[in-house]
Parts: sequence; C-alpha cells; structure tokens
Amino acid sequence: MLCRTANELFWMARHIERAENTARMLDVTYRMSLLPYEVIEPGLAWAEPWAVPLITSGLATEYYERHKVLSAENVLRFMMLDAGNPSSIFCCLRAARESARSVRGAITSEMYEDLNSAWLDVREYDYARIEAGGFSEFLDWVKMRSHLFRGVTFGTLLRDDAYHFIRLGTHLERADNTARILDVKYHTLLPSAADVGGAVDYYQWGALLRSVSGFEAYRKIYSDVITPRRVAELLILRDDMPRSLHACMNFIYETLERLCDEHTHEIERAAGELHAKLHFGRTDDIIRLGLHEYLMDFLDRISTLGDEISRHFLVPAY
Amino acid sequence: MRTPEGGVRPPYQAFAGWLERTPADRIAQKREEAERAFHRLGITFAVYGEDSGTERLIPFDLVPRIICADEWKVLDRGLKQRVQALNAFLHDIYHGQSILKAGVVPPERVLANSQYRREMQGIDVPGGIYAHIAGVDVVRAGAGEFYVLEDNLRVPSGVSYMLENRKMMMRLFPELFATQRIRPVQHYPDLLLENLHGLAPAGEEQPTVAVLTPGAHNSAYFEHAFLAQQMGVELVEGQDLFVQNDTVFMRTTHGPQRVHVIYRRVDDDFLDPRAFRADSMIGVPGLFAAYRAGRVTLANAIGTGVADDKSIYPYVPDMIRFYLSEEPVLANVPTYLLHRKEDREYALAHLAELVVKETHGAGGYGMLIGPAAASGELEAFRQRILAEPDKYIAQPTLALSTCPTFVEAGLAPRHVDLRPYVLSGKTVSLVPGGLTRVALREGSLVVNSSQGGGTKDTWVLAT
Repeated sequence: MLCRTANELFWMARHIERAENTARMLDVTYRMSLLPYEVIEPGLAWAEPWAVPLITSGLATEYYERHKVLSAENVLRFMMLDAGNPSSIFCCLRAARESARSVRGAITSEMYEDLNSAWLDVREYDYARIEAGGFSEFLDWVKMRSHLFRGVTFGTLLRDDAYHFIRLGTHLERADNTARILDVKYHTLLPSAADVGGAVDYYQWGALLRSVSGFEAYRKIYSDVITPRRVAELLILRDDMPRSLHACMNFIYETLERLCDEHTHEIERAAGELHAKLHFGRTDDIIRLGLHEYLMDFLDRISTLGDEISRHFLVPAY
Repeated sequence: MRTPEGGVRPPYQAFAGWLERTPADRIAQKREEAERAFHRLGITFAVYGEDSGTERLIPFDLVPRIICADEWKVLDRGLKQRVQALNAFLHDIYHGQSILKAGVVPPERVLANSQYRREMQGIDVPGGIYAHIAGVDVVRAGAGEFYVLEDNLRVPSGVSYMLENRKMMMRLFPELFATQRIRPVQHYPDLLLENLHGLAPAGEEQPTVAVLTPGAHNSAYFEHAFLAQQMGVELVEGQDLFVQNDTVFMRTTHGPQRVHVIYRRVDDDFLDPRAFRADSMIGVPGLFAAYRAGRVTLANAIGTGVADDKSIYPYVPDMIRFYLSEEPVLANVPTYLLHRKEDREYALAHLAELVVKETHGAGGYGMLIGPAAASGELEAFRQRILAEPDKYIAQPTLALSTCPTFVEAGLAPRHVDLRPYVLSGKTVSLVPGGLTRVALREGSLVVNSSQGGGTKDTWVLAT
C-alpha cells in the first residue's frame, strides 16, 4: 500500500474516533452539569465540570485564547462546531472526510458514502439548532455516525493493509483517550484515596464510566459500589472491556504483528513490550506506583509508538 | 428525438411511450432521488476560480440519449478509423515525418506548434501507439449525419460519468432496461485495464499499473479515484513516485515497488520538473528519462496534444486518406483557418454566423458564438483575430440535434453532443456508448460542464 494512502487512512480513523470521544466527553459533562451543584463539590476549581473536557483534550490554552470565561455554551461551541479548533467535532469529521476523499480508491464506496454524508449533515448544524434539538441528540448522532462507520468498515472492507492501518489509527486514538480521561478524572476525583463512597462518588465515577461505555460493564462484572481501584482495573487491565488500554493494545499489537517485516521489527517489539505490561500487569502494582505516574508513562510510550509508526510506514524518509 | 415532421424517431419510440405512461410526480421524485444519491456518493467535480475546494454536481438529466444499432455501427467504424489515423500521424511526426514531406499537412503547422514535443522525436513507444485513450466529440446535425467536433487525445475526462449515469438509470428505472435491449457499457474499466496491461515495457509478464492524479483538488479527481478503484490499481500523486536508475517506484508501506505503466491524468507540462515545467509540484523528477529509456509506459504518450489541436483538426480527413487509404466515415465540420488570408476575410465578413474557437482552447472557454453574441463582443473578437490570426479557427454553427431534457418548465429540447471513448493498444476498441453532454440553457450550444452543461445516459440499442 502507498505510504500516503496508509497515512490518510490512519488519520481518517483517528479523527472519527476523536469525534466520538469528544462527543462522549461532552455528553457526560452535560449530564453532570444538570445535577445540583453541591454534588459536584463546590469550592474546587477542577470540580467545575466544563473544565474537564478542555483539560482532558489538552485544549485549555486554545480555549482561553478565544473565550474569557468558562461556560457551558462556550465550551460546547468550542468543542462541537468551532471550525478554528482542529479537535472540534466539526473539524474531526471534516478532516476524516477529506482524508477519505483523497484515498477514496482504497476504501469501499460504502465507507466513503457514509463519511461523506456525515460531513454533509454536520454542515447543516449550528449552535441554535443543536440547542433547540437538545445537546444529547446531537452528541448521540455523532456517536452513531462513528458506530456506523466502524460497522461499514468491518462489514465491507477487505482485510488488507487498508483495514490494518484503519484499525491501528482507531485503537491508538482510543488508548490515548481512555488514558487521558482516567488521568484527569482520577486527579480530580481523588483528593484523598480514602475518600470513597457516597453520592459524590456514585455520580462522578459513574460519569467517568459512562463516558467510555463502561457503566453497564462495571455493574455486570462487579455488581458492587464503584471504587477507584476497580475503575482503574476495568479501564486499564481488563481485555474484555473494548475501550480499556489492554484491549486497545491487543488490537494494536496484533495489527503490528501483521504489518511489520524485518525492517520494522523494532516497532513490533516496542508494541509487544507495552502490551506485555498490560497483559501481565496487576492493579496493586499500578496503585503502588501511582496511577498518575502509570498513565503518564503509558501516554508517553503510546505517543512514541505513534511516532515510530509514522516514521516507518506513513511518512518514510527514503 | 423527433423527426423534422414532428414524429418520434424510431429509437425513441419505446421510451416515449414509457414517458407518456409515467406520472409526472413519479419522475419528479426520481429526479430528486438521483440528485441526493449523487451528492451522497460524492460524484462531484471541483470548479476552478471559485472558493477552493468547491464541489459541484454535474446536472444529470433523466431522459436518455438513444442511438440505434445502425447509427452506432457507423460511429464505431468511423471512430476507430479516425483514432487509428491520428495514432499513425503522431508516430509519423515524431519519426520520418512522411506526411509533412508529402505536403499533406504544412510542416510549420506541426513543427512550430507549441504542443509539438521535440523531446519525443525518435523515441519509440510500445506498439507505436500514442493516444491510448481518446475522447472524440461528435454531434448529429442537419439531416442526421454525424460530425466530429474535436479529438481529445491528451487526458480526456468524463468516462466516469458515463458509467455512473448508467448505474443511476438502472437503479431508478430498472423496468426500462428489462423491456429494451440496451447494450452495456459497465465493462469499460476492464477494457481499460487490459489495454494498460498490454502497454508494459517488453518482457513484463505482470506489470504494475497506476493512475497518476494531480490530487484531490483537481476538477476530475472523482474520475481518477473512480477509475483506479474500478481497475483495482493504485491512485498515485507525484509525491508517491520516485525515479532511481531510470526506473519508477512507488513509496509503499513495504518499501519501494516498481511501476511499469502509468495512466497519467496530469498534463505533459507538469509531468516532470526536470524535463518540462520546472515549477511543477505535481510531477515526478526523472520520469521523462525513465520513459525515454523505455522503462515505464505513459498513457497517453507525451506530445499527443499536437494532433488534437484545432489548427490540425481540418487535416484529419486527409490523414485518414494518407495513412489508411480509406475515405473518412465521419465528417469534419468545415473549418476556416484564420491564418489563411482568404479564410480570414470570409470569417470576418460573416462573424455573426460563425463559431470562433481558440486553437489551443478547451472546456468551452475563449469561444465566440456568433449568432448569440452582442455587437461589442463581435468587435472584440474581430480585433483579437486580427492581432493573432494564428490562434483562432472559425466554423459554421451547425443545426445540432436536440434531445428532450427536463427543465423548470417541464420537458424541452436541448442541444446535445456525444463523447465516446476509444481505447487503442494491441487492438482498437470502444464500449457502445459514451458521455452525452447537454446544453441546459435554451438555445445554447455549449455543453461543457464548466459552462453549465449537464449529462445524460447514452443508450445504444442492440437491435
């Protein structure tokens, strides 16, 4: 496969995944903001729910360049439709569609048709229309478009390199996102590790789980109160939880095993090492090391892995 | 569709009956359905000179243009003959130049033409074929005979619309295909791929073919991607290719991979910054050297533009006689070459009745349609012709055939032309059909999509 094609497919997948993750984050934040204020621990800056999506996606600086105050409307505008914020849902869908258009021969016509109609539809939205229809309706629509695209890809695309690079993009983006959500929330939610239980925790941890479609899974697996330790276990180590770091690394490692040859063996090794850490890791060790330190290390490694993939497959120097 | 007496011409009879029986609201609903589908599928073209990245639909008309079996027989024979002669001409002018020596075509018309590529002199291309893909524009006029308007031998486009229009018609009105014997065109990409495979440098059993596009912002990008996908070959941009030891490679995720045949949709000028325009950002440095060394085949060959130049066009019937010793099957439109004194004097005296075209022009730009022009426009063209007579030709306006077309007021006759696609390789072939373009404005003769033209499905009947 052409390197340029692989690169576009990789980023097409990342942008779709990013749009979905942003929609998830905004949806949960919006639901949280509807709760009575005391539940969200007044007096703590981080507890302001609308700061969370900005911190998680590392966009606080960009946000404050445009908006003086933190408000629901400003954050929603910035993250949903702002054509100047490359991480907004609008821009992600545009970028994904542009990538698809530039390599439309490498994907199925159903996939292109799907992304193209998502793009045509999102252009019809403006803030007033979204507000009138309800934010959740728009955010659900974004999630559904992402599900639909994944389904079309799964159901129509030949299992060749195009499929593998798409999968790689999706799961690198997802791993990055899950690690960030967990880190930001863990910080904000755990002033003291002993502070467990009660209504605050129920809603806050519940929100975190919901943003990664983990709430129902948690209930099913643990059928017990939500504790930070279990949340960490579920979202880091459980490989049957599709948005966990372990599950993402399963996909990434498996895909790289197929793609790598003798020239790219080092990438496969690095991915294998990271995968092994999750595969054989224990919750106790993570907690002992410190969840934040653990996640920072993970984010560092996954970003290096992304760079290596780019250097060897997508934008080679030869 | 109609005879001069107002009756329905035979090939249209079945369709006209269907049209009469079909309620207007069903047709309106189908028109909307077609438009939505084209948008969603992204079957668009980019428009130059508007906001960058503007994509538009080419208006699609539901009424097909129908050609009967006998008419097609004539077209098929005439088009093959014409393209064969044009290929022989191209080979000749880059080798022995016998047609120039024989005085059939004036040497200065060829050798001083900006589209003549000296670099190609003496280079042997596989099979001696230059225009592997030709899009020949024909019209019906007068009593129903076909005329060739233009031979497009560089990078003719539009074939994807021929295929998509057929797909759309079959989707919207399957019943029409069940009751009439309409010859299929959908195997065009297969034919094209087979043709391209046959062009590989000698000894290549399993050649790698690629389609070279200027990129996603090119007006015909949809077609480039479409053809690459339909043929199952890579769609490459200049940056995806590089040349080493006169061999062309693509950059792939598994390292460099050799390319043997390039169906290029990039103009000569931009193909190789080392050989042609140095400022080309979309070319491949060293490509021409690899081509000259016979290590890669380009389709079409470099330097075909001289043969479809409008100042060469009047000589094509003579080429057919010269190379094939046959009489031309398809007529040329009478053409006045304005660098000739007597032609120019006639044309300037009759400007209001004539169509004036730039010899190197394309896309319907830079044209004067005498009968539709205001006096100021006529005067402006007169000055331009006097200043640079070499740059222009003039032709009488033909009574072009029309085809019923949906316009705001309902069905109305609109002028149409037809571009069939002729493939040359080991054999010369074409699918029965082509792209019918229609001038949507009343009375207009300009069918180019860049000038508000639309398209129709083209049916060639089997019997």
